[in-house]
Amino acid sequence: MEELEQLRGELQAAVDPDQTMIVVCHGTGCVANGSQDVTQALKNALAEAGEDIKVMPGIKTTGCHGFCSRGPLVIIKPANVFYQQVKPGDVEEIVAQTILKGETVDRLLYKHPQSGDALETTDEIPFYAGQERVVLQNIGQIDPTDLEDALRAGAYAGMAKALTAMQPAEVIESVTKAGLRGRGGAGFPTGVKWGLAAKHGDVEKFVLCNADEGDPGAFMDRSVMEGDPHAVVEGMIIGGYAIGANVGYVYVRAEYPLAIKHLEMALDDARALGLLGENILGSGFNFDIRINRGAGAFVCGEETALMRSVEGKVGEPVPRPPYPSDKGLFGKPSVLNNVETWANVSRILDRGWEWFAGLGTEKSKGTKVFALVGKVNNVGLVEVPMGIKLKEIVMEIGGGVPGSDHFKAVQTGGPSGGCLPWEDAELPVDFDSLIAAGSMMGSGGMIVMDDRDCMVDVAKYFLGFLEEESCGKCFPCRLGVPRLRETLNRFSKGQGTVEDIDDLYSLAEAIKMGSLCALGGTAPNAVLSTLRYFRGEYEAHILEHRCPAGVCKDLITYKIDPDTCTGCRACARACPQEAISGEKKKPHTIDESLCIRCGMCMESCKFGAIQVF
Amino acid sequence: MLNLTIDGKKVQAEAGWTLLDTARQHHIEIPTLCYHEAVEPFGACRLCVVELRQGDNSRLVASCVYPAEEGLEVHTMSEKVKNVRRWILEMLLSECPASEAVREMAAEYGVDSTRFEVRNPEEECILCGLCVRACAQVVGANAISTVGRGAQKEIGSPYLIPGEACVACGTCVTVCPTGAMRARFDRVRGVPEVVMAKAGK
Amino acid sequence: MAQTAIDIDIDEIIERYPGKPEYLIFLMQDIQAAFNYISPEALTLVCDHTGVAESQAYAVATFYNSFSLEPKGENLVQVCLGTACHLKGSGLIAENLMRSIGLDEPGTTEDLKYTVETVNCLGACALAPVAVVNEAYQPKVSSPKLMKTVKKLGDA
Repeated sequence: MEELEQLRGELQAAVDPDQTMIVVCHGTGCVANGSQDVTQALKNALAEAGEDIKVMPGIKTTGCHGFCSRGPLVIIKPANVFYQQVKPGDVEEIVAQTILKGETVDRLLYKHPQSGDALETTDEIPFYAGQERVVLQNIGQIDPTDLEDALRAGAYAGMAKALTAMQPAEVIESVTKAGLRGRGGAGFPTGVKWGLAAKHGDVEKFVLCNADEGDPGAFMDRSVMEGDPHAVVEGMIIGGYAIGANVGYVYVRAEYPLAIKHLEMALDDARALGLLGENILGSGFNFDIRINRGAGAFVCGEETALMRSVEGKVGEPVPRPPYPSDKGLFGKPSVLNNVETWANVSRILDRGWEWFAGLGTEKSKGTKVFALVGKVNNVGLVEVPMGIKLKEIVMEIGGGVPGSDHFKAVQTGGPSGGCLPWEDAELPVDFDSLIAAGSMMGSGGMIVMDDRDCMVDVAKYFLGFLEEESCGKCFPCRLGVPRLRETLNRFSKGQGTVEDIDDLYSLAEAIKMGSLCALGGTAPNAVLSTLRYFRGEYEAHILEHRCPAGVCKDLITYKIDPDTCTGCRACARACPQEAISGEKKKPHTIDESLCIRCGMCMESCKFGAIQVF
Repeated sequence: MLNLTIDGKKVQAEAGWTLLDTARQHHIEIPTLCYHEAVEPFGACRLCVVELRQGDNSRLVASCVYPAEEGLEVHTMSEKVKNVRRWILEMLLSECPASEAVREMAAEYGVDSTRFEVRNPEEECILCGLCVRACAQVVGANAISTVGRGAQKEIGSPYLIPGEACVACGTCVTVCPTGAMRARFDRVRGVPEVVMAKAGK
Repeated sequence: MAQTAIDIDIDEIIERYPGKPEYLIFLMQDIQAAFNYISPEALTLVCDHTGVAESQAYAVATFYNSFSLEPKGENLVQVCLGTACHLKGSGLIAENLMRSIGLDEPGTTEDLKYTVETVNCLGACALAPVAVVNEAYQPKVSSPKLMKTVKKLGDA
């Protein structure tokens, strides 16, 4: 342990804190927007300006900074000057102005959405200022492919403490006292779960990391693995030590190639330094981790299905009991936690359970990372203390809803969760409040919807998702979810009766109570929560044959506004049905009988002349 | 011995018994479709669900897999239980309307018709998986499996053509609760040469 | 892509993992990646190596989305149907794309030029609606934009 701290000290001392460091975000969002080209341009520009620069700045590429809608992001440290939507063409100016002269390039600064003021540093931007970063503390700060950089930021300090100064039972006690609850969705107390597996004594056991982040609209775990993979590795070693397991498995979605790459690098580097493998830090504890790639099945996020998949089998859930803590992977006692939970474990051991228990609410300790997406100005990844109000996340950190002073609904909990209305804007976001409101925390997807989003369509969307992802083993889920979706399908066509709504409740109850696993058990939530808060919208479809949000294809018509239409013919060329006619430079019209409501005209119109009724 | 109550009646169970074992030992009826003594319980059809009550808390569990525990309060015919069974049976009536066994069981729960669209009036298979488990666990041949997933799931041999793994023992046909396997059997084992000869092929 | 697959030695892939059932999915993934699909012959080799019954391997191959038992097209287009993309019209974008290249549902065109898949959330919600064309992310796509990109590939 002393050696590790000595190394850490040397590494930290080798870096001059005043040296200029140009940080470029290489998260998936920024890369897709071209941040790799920005990095290359920076390297070229610095090399070119070489002789004029007194102290050559470093360039660091990091994981996701969270502010994905503003990417590519470039931050100049130590002053934390924040440049957004940087193009390779902007780089020359950054070097000439900021690096050489110490002046900011105003046009690249973030403008406050209300006041319009240009904000110079990350600390001033509401998106960052409102956050409390615990899990994400290193992401955007460190180079995730560089173990030395992670060590400078304190990686493996919690593990060293646990392995060399604590008994396994003390580690479990710390996690229990911290009040950490599983971040994968259900919120089961992590320390209790560990205790159940530990009590089996000296038998083969396993720890697993659920990185099969399947909820649509959620990418928290991907960002953690991409941006700070050592936090996950460290947490798993601590967990293995606590319950007496020597092998850990990470089950990660194959759709996350960068996360897999960074994890593999992290494991190799940790092994090379003796932080993973035989006799870790001379403690006598052996532990190693292997990676399983998911093969494309949402249900494998369910713990028993995940374990079957690691065994090489079809990912069908099995009934509990026996619980995985008694009989899990390969029939051995096993503990499964998700990525964010494992990362929290590292922080708790490093900074102490007392510190962690001081964050959040009485029953939901710590922070929660959310993927804030949909109809919100600041799309991205945010970490907030438990108990923060829904409104603060969406309207302040998220910067509000484009073109509106309120949201229509916020969907949390993925397909298992529900939609919360504007009336719940003051709701504290924690495990229990969300369940009481008919939704759930889930893994952390937070999808903001506005008045142009139809709640019947949203419920239908989630049921369609689950219908495709149901494993088909138990009857209530396999048979019931498609039937729920069919009923909603009829509603979205303006068919059905109010009695159908009553049937929907009864069938939903049967699916909830009767299904084998949580996929079926929570499948009706999307319907139930939208019925609870938006029943009027359902009735508009059924009774008035109208989709108030203008989404449901069978209940809408496309029209061209003659005053806005310039007669440019773009829509007529785009229409696959040749349903649009009109003379050039004169307003066009749509033949409703031919229209298939594909929306191509609307997408191709540059003047906003196509309207939906 | 474990002491518990089923429908208000005090009963005893041996350690290792499931709730279904316990109920049947005491002549309490619980319906099942995917259960068979010869193979491991599966917990899939959910017709055997029973309600466990503890104070104000209540939940449904599959009695074929849930172990008997000291002090449990079990209800086999509560409203919640019947609601689950009725919906499953009504959906089965539309999914596999040709099955006599399903129709009879549905009638017992007052379900005589279905509100749902019937896709295939000839269909008998309820996908209980008994054939697959019997082939693997009793015969050891592993000739068939479930194919696909979710609503598209079906029972068959690899590529849905006759394979060499089938030993033509007929266990799957015997264990099938609805008779659906009879119609599929030839697709698994292939049509025997004797039959082919008789047919003059 | 698929053309180079012929040069890859399937035995080399098989020998990458120990002969245990738990390596079934690893092997199938590597074969899928190398050959773009899993042929019956390859599946048999995997079963012989891992000791898994062919019926079990077939069940696995048909259960998971990422496995294909038939060859895929030269160009792979994935349209994300995650919630954020759905709200921004990705369902219509997928439909419009498929109609334009003669597909009724996700799958491979007859000339093996394209495979269109709809995928669950790629976790790139800030770029919604997003599509991935031959592994390159297409942020904020529209039907016309995506159709143009895809048509260009076909003409190349």
